This record gives sequence, C-alpha cells and structure tokens, in this order.
Amino acid sequence: MTVNGSTDEHEVEPRLLLVFYLREVLGLTGTKIGCDTTSCGACTVLLDGESVKSCTMFAVQADGADITTIEGLAGADGEFHRMQQAFHENHGLQCGYCTAGMVMAAVSLLEEHPNPTEADVREGLEGNLCRCTGYHNIVKSVLAAAEAGR
Amino acid sequence: MTTVLGQRLLRREDAEILTGEAKYVDDLAIPGALWLALVRSPVARARVRSIDTSAAVASPGVVAVYTGEDLAGEWVAPLPVALTATPDQKVPAHYPLTSGTVNYVGDPVAVVVATTRQAANDALAGVVVDYDELPAVVDLEDSLSDRVVIHEDLGTNASYTWPLQPDEAAVDAAFASAAHTVKERFIQQRLIPSAMEPRGAAAVPAPFGGTYTLYTSTQIPHILRVLLALTLGISETKIRVVAPAVGGGFGAKLNIYPEEVLCLALARKLKQPVRWTETRSENTQASIHGRGQVQDIELAADAEGKVTAVRVKLIGDMGAYFRLLTPAIPILGGFLYHGVYDIPNYSFSCTSVFTNLNPTDAYRGAGRPEASYAIERCMDSLAAQMGKDPADIRRINFIPRFDNGHATAAGLSFDSGNYEPALDKALEIVGYEGLRKEQTQRRESGSTKHLGIGLSSYMEICGLAPSRIMAALGAVAGGWESATVRVLPTGKVEVVTGTTPHGQAHETCWAMIVAEKLGCAPDDVEVLHSDTAISPHGLDTYGSRSLAVGGTAVALGCDKIIAKARAIAAHQMEVAEGDLEFANGAFSVKGTPEKTMPMAGVAFAAFQAHNLPDGMEPNLTAETSYDPPNFTFPFGTHVCVVEVDEETGRVDLLNYVAVDDCGNQVNPLIVEGQVHGGIVQGLGQALFEEAAYDENGNLLTSTLADYLVPSAAEMPNFTLDSTVTPSPSNPLGAKGVGEAGTIAAAQAAINAIVDALRPLGVNDVRMPASPQRVWTAIQEAKGA
Repeated sequence: MTVNGSTDEHEVEPRLLLVFYLREVLGLTGTKIGCDTTSCGACTVLLDGESVKSCTMFAVQADGADITTIEGLAGADGEFHRMQQAFHENHGLQCGYCTAGMVMAAVSLLEEHPNPTEADVREGLEGNLCRCTGYHNIVKSVLAAAEAGR
Repeated sequence: MTTVLGQRLLRREDAEILTGEAKYVDDLAIPGALWLALVRSPVARARVRSIDTSAAVASPGVVAVYTGEDLAGEWVAPLPVALTATPDQKVPAHYPLTSGTVNYVGDPVAVVVATTRQAANDALAGVVVDYDELPAVVDLEDSLSDRVVIHEDLGTNASYTWPLQPDEAAVDAAFASAAHTVKERFIQQRLIPSAMEPRGAAAVPAPFGGTYTLYTSTQIPHILRVLLALTLGISETKIRVVAPAVGGGFGAKLNIYPEEVLCLALARKLKQPVRWTETRSENTQASIHGRGQVQDIELAADAEGKVTAVRVKLIGDMGAYFRLLTPAIPILGGFLYHGVYDIPNYSFSCTSVFTNLNPTDAYRGAGRPEASYAIERCMDSLAAQMGKDPADIRRINFIPRFDNGHATAAGLSFDSGNYEPALDKALEIVGYEGLRKEQTQRRESGSTKHLGIGLSSYMEICGLAPSRIMAALGAVAGGWESATVRVLPTGKVEVVTGTTPHGQAHETCWAMIVAEKLGCAPDDVEVLHSDTAISPHGLDTYGSRSLAVGGTAVALGCDKIIAKARAIAAHQMEVAEGDLEFANGAFSVKGTPEKTMPMAGVAFAAFQAHNLPDGMEPNLTAETSYDPPNFTFPFGTHVCVVEVDEETGRVDLLNYVAVDDCGNQVNPLIVEGQVHGGIVQGLGQALFEEAAYDENGNLLTSTLADYLVPSAAEMPNFTLDSTVTPSPSNPLGAKGVGEAGTIAAAQAAINAIVDALRPLGVNDVRMPASPQRVWTAIQEAKGA
C-alpha cells in the first residue's frame, strides 16, 4: 500500500490491524489508539481520500490502498495543511491525543462538505471523541479551515 | 510595560502534536522490550483457590508468568496512601498483584511477560485461576451495615469518619429556629475519567549501571519517583521518571499504579526493558474512578431566605482499596459546602466505606464538584420553596466583596471574592429576564417543551497547596513548587519547572511569565519539564495548582535573576545598584537613560566571570521553591438553558454562559480552553456519564461504546466571559482554572432541568439525567 506517498510491501499476519501496521511496522506513531471498540476516532486516517478508523480494518484489507496519516498532511516544504493551521490558530487541541484523528476526520469532512454549518461539523465529528477541548474550539477550527479553503 | 501577560499567545506545543511528532509512551521505540499483560479478576470478590500458569508459560513468546506470591519479595512496602484522614483510618493491604483474594472486577492477580504485545495478550487465556466466589458489596449503605465485611482483618467496611464540626450546638440551634429548612439527598454517581490516551509505562534498566528509567503516562513523575523508590527499595538516585507527551489526565494519572511498579520491578528482575499499554477496557475497570458519594445535606434559613446553617453527612465510596489519594477526596470538598454564601454555622462529616468496586480517587475537581453541586442544588430548592427567584436567593446570601481574606465557617480563609458581579454578568449575557418571560409564556400556553434556566455560582479551592495546611489535613507531602531560571551566555533563557503539563500549555505560559519579567521575547525562553533528570524538584500538576504555585515559582526565580543581574550590571557599569532601573530587558542608569546594559550582556558577563563583584558566583542562574501562604479560591457563575420535552424526557442544551473569575489571566486563550473542556466534563456527569455496576459488581460500562463521553454532536457552543479579582495568595494574582468548568457545570444543567419541570412537581432528577430518568421523574411527580 501507499502511505503518505511512499509505497511499501510487507507480509503481515492476517489479524494485524491497519493501525498496528502503521504504528509498529511503518513506525508512523502519529496515529493513536484510544479504545478497543471503534468509538473514539483517535486512529482515523484517510484511505483513498476517505476517513476510516484504522483500528477497525485489517492491514490486509488496505492492500493496494492509498493512505494518508497525520504525518503526511503537511506540505513537502513543511507548510501546515490549512486544517493543521486552523487547529493551531483556534486552540483546537490541548493534550493532543485525539488531534491526529480529529484533524484527519475534519479533512475528510470538508472534502464532503466544503461549506459546512456548525451543526454539520458537530455531526460530522460525532465519531471522534475529545476529552480536553469541549469541542468548542475544534468546531471553530474546522469552520475556519472551511473559510480558508474558499 | 506589561506587554506579554494577558495576551492570547498561540501555543508553542501545537506544531509537534499537529504533525504526529509528539511521542506518547506507546509511541516510544524501545528495542528489546518485553511486554506485560495482566490477568484480572472477572469477579468482584473471591478467594483464589489456585492459579495454574502452565499453559500460559508454554504459550509462544512467553518469557515468564508471575503471581502475587511469586513477586512478594519484590516489594518493600505496599502501594502507598498519601493521606491519613483520622488516626484510626483503616487501610487495607494493597500490592501490585493480589495474593489469596480478589476484591473488584479488574483486580490484577497475575502478570504475563512476553516478547510482543500480542503474545502477552494471547497467553492470558492460558492462566487458569480457580475463584471461590464470595458475596460482594456494591451499595454504600449496605457496606456501612457491615453485613459483609470485605477486608476481614479490618473488622469493618468503614475506613474513617472525618468530622468538621466547629460548633454543633450552634448548628442545632440554627435549625431549631429556622423559618425554612431544606433537606436533600444527592447521589454523585461514579465516573470514569476517560483521558483519551490510555495509560502506559515502559521501564528501561541499565543492568550494569544500576539505573532505571521509567517512561510513564503520568501527571506526577516527581512524586512517582519518590514512591517507586519507597515501594521497590531502589535508591531514588537510581530512578529517573519521564512523562513524555501525556494525553490527558484529569486526576486519573495522579497515582502510583500496579503496572508502573510491575514494569520497574520486572525490568529489575529480568534485566530487560519491560513495557505495558492499557487497553480501554482495562482503563474503565482498573484505572481510578471519580466521585461516588451519597450526600445528605440540609439548610436552615431565616424568614428572608438568609441561610443560617448547613449540615452535611456524606458516605464516600472508596472502592476495594486505597489508591494514592482515595481517602482525601471527600475531605477536600468538606470545606466548601457553604459555597460562596455567608453561612455562619457549619457541620460536615464524611464516613468513607469500602466496596467491591474499582477504587475511586481524584477526578477533575476531586471533592469540590460534589460540594458545589450539593449547595447549588439546595439554593435552588430553597428559592423554590420560598417562591423566590434563584438569582435573588443567591444575591441575599453572597459573602460581600473582600480583597484580602474572609474567614469561613468551615475554618478556611478565602483569599478574595466578589461574587455578585459574576452573577450579574452571566445573567445579562444569557438574557435572563427574557428567558424567564419566555418560560412563563410557554407554561401559560400549555407547551410540553419546557424551558429551564439553571444557575451555578460555584466555588473551589485551588493552588494546592500551603504545605503547613496540608500537614494539618494529614497529608504526607506538602504543596510547594520549584523553578530554575537560567539566562544562558547567548541571552536565551531556560526555565525548569516542577509542574507536569499534559495539555495545559505550561511551555507557552511559563515562557510568557519569563518574557514579562525579564523583558525578552517568549520565543527566547525554553521550558523544560516532566523528566526527573532535568527537573529534579517538583510536585507536579493537579488541583489547578500549576500557575498559582508553579507559575509563581517561575516569576520569583526571575526576580532572583534580576537581583543578581542588577549587582553584576552595577559592578560593570560602576554605579550603585540603587541607581539602576530594569525595564524592557535592560538595566539603565536613572537620569542617564542612554547608559544601559541589556540582560543578555549581563548573562554573558556572568558566564565569562572575568569581572564580577568579589565573591559572586559565576553564571546567571536562580533556583527557587515557592510555598504559597494560602490556597486560592476561584469562583464564577454559569448559566445553563435547556429545553425539556415532557413527553420523551429528552433534554436539549439551548445555551450555556460561563463567567469565571480565576484572578489575573496569563493567557485568556488557554483559560477559555480549560473552561470549555471542564464544562463538557461537568455536563457529561449531568447528562450522560455513569460507571454503572450490576448487583454482582460487574462493570456495565466498560467501553467507550457504553460509557458515554459526550461528542461534539451533543454539545453546544459556549459563551464565556470573566471578572478579575486578583488573588492575594500569590504575586501573580492568579487563582487557577483547570477544574472550574467541571465544578460549575453539572448543577447548572440539573438546576435547569428541575427549573423546567418544577410546575409538574419535579424537585430532583438523579444524574446522569438520561431521557429515561427525566421521563420517569415526570411520571412519578404526576402520579404523586
């Protein structure tokens, strides 16, 4: 599969989850694990441009896919993606553990809804839990990123 | 010249988090590390007849399997408890692995060590434990009856009864002569702190060097180092504890946990790195829970509604054992049941009991949300009983404004307070009068969508803590904080702090304090923390203490730097120290402003040491430990507006306004973030969250699919504002804000729900106020 633009081939155990493949085989630890039940969204990555929870897929199911993780979001020159910039400017993160998943889910959300309302953002991020920010500034960040993209 | 403090500076912590560069414990690559997996009790109380580890030992990749008996020689002391509430406090024996009995679902009975995480987990099923199940105690009043005594050697389930009863006769007299009394029972349900990062630990030994490094997801690396040394009999000098990036704590990482001790003990035993990462279901079962109290509270009031006495009796749910601060939590709230009100007569007592449930401990607010909830719910009950507006009952009872000390009936001295302006501001922002009109209109129209407005004029104790007061409370440790400030030869500044941020932006904010003091740019300041090899002294982060105590230590360290720099500058400029003034990062001669020496120049001179005053040590470094003279007492008023559907019990949050007073603010952006998150945790308790157990002690909410941490979809936006009443307790005038939202929010929401439903006869709804609970309360009121 292609991850953040680079193509890798590995033989993996059938039961290996995609998130463990990313973290332990490729060493891309930016994607986090927060639960065992697909509830928290900390492991969200983009698979062929759409957000998926990488703890809910086997690595083999992503065979041949194009994956983007938080490590692959900034430009090659190190410039922040507008979603990263918006989270920074709007204090959309505190401890940071949900942030990678939240940002990836938000990127995917704006792909589908380039002009979301506040309610769209709140509903769109329902599968991603944050315990620090109370979501207020996350929602603000996503709306700001949408604005910046117009 | 104030230019930095009070600005909304963006966080320097963000870049590495937003790119995935920040490393949390499980992200660390540790070559050769063995993995632990714990065998945990599936029953709430049992005698362990036998443990057969043979199948697990034979499992692929398994290095060893140990029971509690196997490792008994590893501990020199049991897991510690940091507070002795009363001299006769009962403390059950508690070790990292149990021996002979289990006392809650999740209690660790054995540990598997294997070459990979997966191999360790796969082998768990191969450990066969024969449990002789015993009756379990899950209810607090049942526990108090001693029908079943959990720890037979203690003879009772009650650990201690802690009274704070300055004058019982006066309290009795106030009740005897009261025109109005209120009597309520509130249940503080158990909560699961649910930091998004589960805990993890990794111990790396240097077998020939004799040293150990423990990386752990903790709020307290400094305290933990001391406790590990005492528990394992390793010299403190040989242990380095590092808290790397930590994904939230909320009190749940303010502890010494069995897994941390096991990783270090087994790294010592096996001479290899040993690591462990918690699963979410382990977190929900066996990392601490919060709250867990039955609160009986009574108010006495005169004919005008002025409260004359408050009497509180608590039963506190300790769970099966004590963790580090378990017995302290109800006591911390025990000083605050009069809230922000001038109530002259005070009586509090708490009996803390053991149950066959996961131990409780500090969870965001820790005792104070419970106190604030109880008094604020009762103020609404009193207002309703007297036909008064809830805002009016608060106004006539507020302690009048004070700037430097108010002796409370509970025996503390509040630092400063000005409560009515925060209430006024909150009511104005929310449009209180208009809402009351709309509420009346809806009621008159017969609408089944009821509007409710809930007030919460909360109060808390922060800035933990003055060490002498900690001693008086029976705490083992004090509450100072340390800082080192170093102005390097190039003029850049390094600050070492004993606080341990895990989301609170100490790096950004401490740099602002230094920039303000030393007149440099915040970007010229590096803040070092969370590693005992780098910051040897510290008492870490909890209890909204970091700014008020740790930030003050940084500020005082800067003052020491300025004093030393002044002496050097005066020497080099050949003027008297008294002739120099320090502003904008440079010393200048009074009356001759063109004659200046910048701090960077002084730092280089101190580094060169070519020309220092006689006897002065080289280098521009200052170390300080600050022990505050008093706590701080932040306050504010939150207003929650809800719509309650009479037919379904559904509660919609329509608006939420918070006016907080945390004293002087270093960075309002960070303050707001803390309040937002705190409010959602409080609303979570009010509406969604409960660690529910069945009658056999099985946790029914062991995943994030069952335990309802609020998502963005259920939460509204918040309107925040503040008043500023500087604290006289510290030179920054700061009070702390980490817990304020959580302390304020739950009762704002429940007061709003009850306010909506009072005309139907509803006087209380138990938390979490799920649609089913609300609907049932409506039906019961209608049927009554």
